[in-house]
Amino acid sequence: MSLISAFIAVPVLAILLIPFLNVKGKGIVLFAAIVVNAFLSGYLALQPLDGQFLEFSFPGSLVTGPVNLRIDALSGWFILIINFIFVTGSFYGLFYMQAYQKQTNNITLHSIVFVLLHTALISLCTVQNSLVFLVVWEIMALSAFIAVIFEHGKMATLRAGMNYLIHSHVSILFLMFGFIWVALKTGSYDFNSITTYTSQNSGATGLVLFLCFFIGFGIKAGFVPFHTWLPYAHPAAPAHVSGVMSGVMIKIGIFGIFRVITLIKADYYTIGLVIISFSVISGLYGVMLAIVQHNLKKLLAYHSIENIGIIGMGIGIGCIGLGTGNYLLASLGFAGGLLHTLNHSLFKSLLFFTAGNVYQATHTVHIDHLGGLIKRMPQTTILFLIAAIAISGIPPFNGFISEFIIYSGFYYWMQGSMIGPLMAIIFSVLALVLIGGLALLCFTKAFGIVFLGNPRQKLDHEVKEVPFLQLLPLYLIAFLIVFIGVFPQIFMHALSQPVSLLAGLPAISDMPFPEKTTELLQPVTWGIWMFILISLAVFGFRKLVTQNRKASVEPTWGCGYIAPTAKLQYTAGSFVRPYSKLFRPFLLSHKTQKDVEGIFPSGGSYETNSYDRIEKYLVDNPIAAYKSLLGRFLFLQNGKLQFYILYGIIFIVSVICIPLFYDQIVLFIDFIKQI
Amino acid sequence: MLSLILILIAAAFFTGVIIRVKSMASGRKGPGILQPLFDVFRLFKKGVVYSETTSFVFQIAPTIYFASVVMAMLVVPFGQSKGILSFDGDFIFFAYILALGKFLSIISAMDTGSSFEGMGASREALYSMFAEPAFFILMGSLALLTGHTNFQEMFSALHIGSYISYALAILGTFVLMMIAMVENSRMPIDDPKTHLELTMVHEVMILDNSGFDLGLILTAGYLKFAIYGALVVNLFIGVFPLQYSIPMFFVIQFVLASGVGFIESFMARFRMSHNAQFIFVLTSVSLLIFFGALLILGKFV
Repeated sequence: MSLISAFIAVPVLAILLIPFLNVKGKGIVLFAAIVVNAFLSGYLALQPLDGQFLEFSFPGSLVTGPVNLRIDALSGWFILIINFIFVTGSFYGLFYMQAYQKQTNNITLHSIVFVLLHTALISLCTVQNSLVFLVVWEIMALSAFIAVIFEHGKMATLRAGMNYLIHSHVSILFLMFGFIWVALKTGSYDFNSITTYTSQNSGATGLVLFLCFFIGFGIKAGFVPFHTWLPYAHPAAPAHVSGVMSGVMIKIGIFGIFRVITLIKADYYTIGLVIISFSVISGLYGVMLAIVQHNLKKLLAYHSIENIGIIGMGIGIGCIGLGTGNYLLASLGFAGGLLHTLNHSLFKSLLFFTAGNVYQATHTVHIDHLGGLIKRMPQTTILFLIAAIAISGIPPFNGFISEFIIYSGFYYWMQGSMIGPLMAIIFSVLALVLIGGLALLCFTKAFGIVFLGNPRQKLDHEVKEVPFLQLLPLYLIAFLIVFIGVFPQIFMHALSQPVSLLAGLPAISDMPFPEKTTELLQPVTWGIWMFILISLAVFGFRKLVTQNRKASVEPTWGCGYIAPTAKLQYTAGSFVRPYSKLFRPFLLSHKTQKDVEGIFPSGGSYETNSYDRIEKYLVDNPIAAYKSLLGRFLFLQNGKLQFYILYGIIFIVSVICIPLFYDQIVLFIDFIKQI
Repeated sequence: MLSLILILIAAAFFTGVIIRVKSMASGRKGPGILQPLFDVFRLFKKGVVYSETTSFVFQIAPTIYFASVVMAMLVVPFGQSKGILSFDGDFIFFAYILALGKFLSIISAMDTGSSFEGMGASREALYSMFAEPAFFILMGSLALLTGHTNFQEMFSALHIGSYISYALAILGTFVLMMIAMVENSRMPIDDPKTHLELTMVHEVMILDNSGFDLGLILTAGYLKFAIYGALVVNLFIGVFPLQYSIPMFFVIQFVLASGVGFIESFMARFRMSHNAQFIFVLTSVSLLIFFGALLILGKFV
């Protein structure tokens, strides 16, 4: 209990203190507050992962009823992820924000909302009262909004922020609908009432309620077609904010879905199929659009959508296992989903942080303007490469482990299934493989164009590596990425509690999960170790054989052409051109082209921009229609004060008169009914 | 262990046989069957030339590419006898470890900053992406048919019983061989012998590699052919005892190699822009295999 008071006191103190300090002090207090809170909540979170269940009850108020805090294994797992990313992210942010240290007020606000965001996210994992949950959810949404619009001088940033804000509120609308529904029926705001309500009612109620929550949480998580805010908000925010947003804030949506699964008693089989369908579409659509992006951070944002799809596939398999009573399948699915949540938060935040380094050094994130950074920023390059290989789901890094578990889930589900599920499985596997292949295409593009080759643009400032301290948290994340890839069993062991909670297993001793996954993952680990050994052996041999050989350095072979320039290099657009030609039906791209003319031509240019088809049809077109409808009433707003006073009078008169006419209206309606 | 030795032997001859068949088809005598090996040994002894644009990526990529192919080779079984490493879902590991090699070779091509190599890299990435689903669905169908998710158990449980299963094995051979062609960038996907960089895929990616590194890349290519050949052999040998299956291995590998030679002699390469569609057709062929497996199991009601 005292820990929880401390947990609340620390951010309050920090927020009170931050405005009175200088910029450096603000940073230190911000970091200290996050570290202290991370330790406090991390201590509480570790216990449920070890098998203990923590519950605290606060009297609450008349409106909310008693407020329960429960920290179960699921909360514990997410709290630890949030803490790790926030600690590394805020440490990175200390250095990243140095470029903005003149904007004192702005930084004050930014520091405050960063602490608030951390506190809100952790509270969301523990609060079990729907009313308080919604309030905290709103705090999270608003503080993230302020964090996103840090550079609010830029119009694009402000627009992205508004876009995010509106999406967040659509999300909260769905959540509110679901919570109010339950509260209305049961009279209690406690999460447990969801369980009692759905278990008393028919399956359809549970399903509709689940869909309500799924859309609400899905908007936050970025499932297609609710993803449209993500590609704007992530690039607009400062690098550490986008890393934290993509790493953990969208995961709170995933947490919500997990939490709802533990609470709702419904037809899990159908729920599983619904989640899998959304996930397959999200995964494919996300990566398909990621490839054609030319803005590095936007590309990464679309990859978040893809990875949410992969996580969703795991959750879907888990639900199907629950629905069919197959505990092993449920364990595999949930374990894959939970582990991929951790993995994605690691490599995605690392990618955003390295993209931040690139932005700091070159002042651009346009892929086609970059190139050759490997020579100027070797450490950033290696970190980005590790994350890029990991996100493509390739061994020996962590992305492979979770994808492997999800694949195993699919193939395990296959045994003994009938024709319907088999079709679902085969197309999900097809999607998962395609996602992997497309991610490879995308990250070879991003890495190859940004870091390799020669610089494509001459920059008027020196491009240099960021200081070592700034790279330190990045190395820590990279270490974990490698560590999970090489020793996944340790993390599987930590997962056994959350998974058994989700899979609804009666007791730990009955769990098929730890033995089966060790059985499953142990040889994979051997494979990874063997691969590393073989690589080292070949390296050693190569070194031994070639050490006395002459190695000369010449220009790149240009097929006889002897005056190569950096402009001759392949660009991102050309690298993915065969792909974008094939996938044209799914993509929307605009070309702006200026042809070369004349005998001594000059100044030709060619540029492509891509756009999101779902966004066009689901968001833009309805908004345009709505605007044109409202445009018809524009004459009312004519700017003359007299008219506005007239409207006021009309309003007051009608308010007074309608009750007078009420009886007549009722009579009239009755009269019509009689006819 | 057995599969490892057999694959190594087959790899030594495979490309030689292809070249020999091609020469004979065009009326020449052609080089000896071991000539590709001698070429590789010569390359191993040579010095290197690095492009001044390149970085460490270019230098580590061939090694990792080679190591990934060797690692993939270690999980391939031979009939009843397991590969060095065998576990549930090893075919997933097989495909993904090869993908690591591909990732590195693609970025090493982009490391040179050459427009030609970028072109090859772009094509390789796209083609291998389209080839992978076919492999996974093929393996999925076999898993469904046999109830195992492990190379060795799947192959050894694969009984050639009904007519449908013969058809499946032949379709499987087709798919695996075409994947091998894509992976090795041979006809009809790519013609390694055209001397125009614009029309090549894999060869253009390694334009700047030389010496030991080039030797590693070439060796990896030879191994890859033999690995896919071994997978094809595994579709057929099932429960045969070793005294039959080992000769069968070599016969099938030889038939495949000469088949590749014949195809390359008498067929033109597809249009580059249509390759991707063609490769994706493999996925539909493997879907056919999947439906065949459903038929055999009587899942269609």
